Amino acid sequence: MPEVLQYDFMRRALAAGLMIGTIAPIIGVFLVLRRLSLIADTLAHVALAGVALGLVTGAPPGATALAVSVAGAVGVERLRVSGRLYGEAALAIYLSGGLAVAVVLLGVGRGLTVDLFTYLFGTITAVRPGDLWTILVLGVVVLGAVAVLYKDLFAVTFDEEGARVQGVPVGALNLLLAVLVAITVVVAMRVVGVLLTSALVVIPAVTALRLARAFRTALLLAVALALAAVVGGMAAAYYLDLPAGGAIVLASLALFAAVSALTPRPPR
Amino acid sequence: MRTSDPSGKAWTAASVPVVELEHVCVDIGGQRVLDEVSLRIQRGDFVGIIGPNGAGKTTLLRVLVGLVRPTCGHVRLFGTDQRAFRQWHRIGYVPQQAAAVDARFPATVLEVVLSGRTGLRGLGRPWSPADREAARQALEVVGVGDLHDRSIGRLSAGQLQRVLIARALASGPDLLLLDEPTVGVDRDAQDQFYALLRRLNREMGTTLVLVSHDVSVVAGEVTRLACLNRRLVFHGSPQEAMASGALAALYRAGSLVVAHRH
Repeated sequence: MPEVLQYDFMRRALAAGLMIGTIAPIIGVFLVLRRLSLIADTLAHVALAGVALGLVTGAPPGATALAVSVAGAVGVERLRVSGRLYGEAALAIYLSGGLAVAVVLLGVGRGLTVDLFTYLFGTITAVRPGDLWTILVLGVVVLGAVAVLYKDLFAVTFDEEGARVQGVPVGALNLLLAVLVAITVVVAMRVVGVLLTSALVVIPAVTALRLARAFRTALLLAVALALAAVVGGMAAAYYLDLPAGGAIVLASLALFAAVSALTPRPPR
Repeated sequence: MRTSDPSGKAWTAASVPVVELEHVCVDIGGQRVLDEVSLRIQRGDFVGIIGPNGAGKTTLLRVLVGLVRPTCGHVRLFGTDQRAFRQWHRIGYVPQQAAAVDARFPATVLEVVLSGRTGLRGLGRPWSPADREAARQALEVVGVGDLHDRSIGRLSAGQLQRVLIARALASGPDLLLLDEPTVGVDRDAQDQFYALLRRLNREMGTTLVLVSHDVSVVAGEVTRLACLNRRLVFHGSPQEAMASGALAALYRAGSLVVAHRH
């Protein structure tokens, strides 16, 4: 066993990192292909309002973040589908709205800046045993939903109208995907923080999409790339004394750059 | 009226039209796109829907598959009011290619064709060997059985066209709707494509509805011609359409009929 894994807190950090490294890129592949990459970033900011609500009221911030983020997902999806706004304007509204609510709530309850910082940038080494169970349960919920509805989510992602004309409940599946994003974001927040969450969702997915020729391959490749980034980033963070969240995202970007250099044009 | 069914499909009374439109209107953005369209399509028909740009041809197909809700009028599918209709696997829809498919999408031909059985299989149920077999058969029918492993980004326009038809055929539909299927497909592939449609219609008994602006070709292939210009100007055999002057009226002196020969 490498020396780094002698510490309980590092083992927990790695377990949390591997779980998020599995679910985030899977959700990411669906989002990127549906031109919804920014929804993860949006819901991460909405979740921050939930964290602030928890910190101010004394409720567990993880629970309030999950509740507010899921509610935000429903709101974003309904606003997006209503077609009353231009494209991603719905996302922009929720993103800045979430951040504004968080800032105001934290201004009401003063002296919380240190806690907020950990949610903005992640504190993977502070994952407690109880947190790990939460992460595991939420991760299994996301993976289970995608596994059970795999063929339905594929049909909606490949051709939404083509799915609709077959009687596939497209609206319900879209809503479910948004809720899965909300859950993923809350889990990812522990590891890389609000500001870097969407990187774990989007970057490995985009990298995998440059390589994959089949849908199943794209999902597996995205997971492999994200796990490599999590392990590589955490190792770098430990040995070089870097912030783990930033190191994981930079490792993910390095993989993207390497793949882009090797595949000069996206496969046609 | 046929009494036996060569494809062996289960079917209800032969006298029930596959599609019935009664006084259907569609308004989009305050504009009347379809006006009082009444049309019956019988089992085994091969209907060509023709008309100038903006005539509402695509909208008519989208009404049939439930993507556009009529402002007024009634739609019946296989004798059932459309709002109560649930057997969507009996209808295959081939949309305009450019609008439907992102060539960069990472999917194999088999994955795409299988997705045509999503509604039939039901939410949350995984693919069965029977689904895979049906998808492979659909690929054989359209003549690209050897391409099942190919990435869709590496297909020619004609091959992609066939794959999208295979997707629509994968659920074993009784009615196949095709929207401008030959756009961007070269002449040879078009000839093969119409041969495929003839086979589906005559040998497998599939009712076909084809939207096209390519009047001269379509008129030679179909058994019924529906001329649309927001209203249904004419519906009958192609010969009657020529004789009645409906085509000439539709395209003002018929210049477009000739001009569209590629």
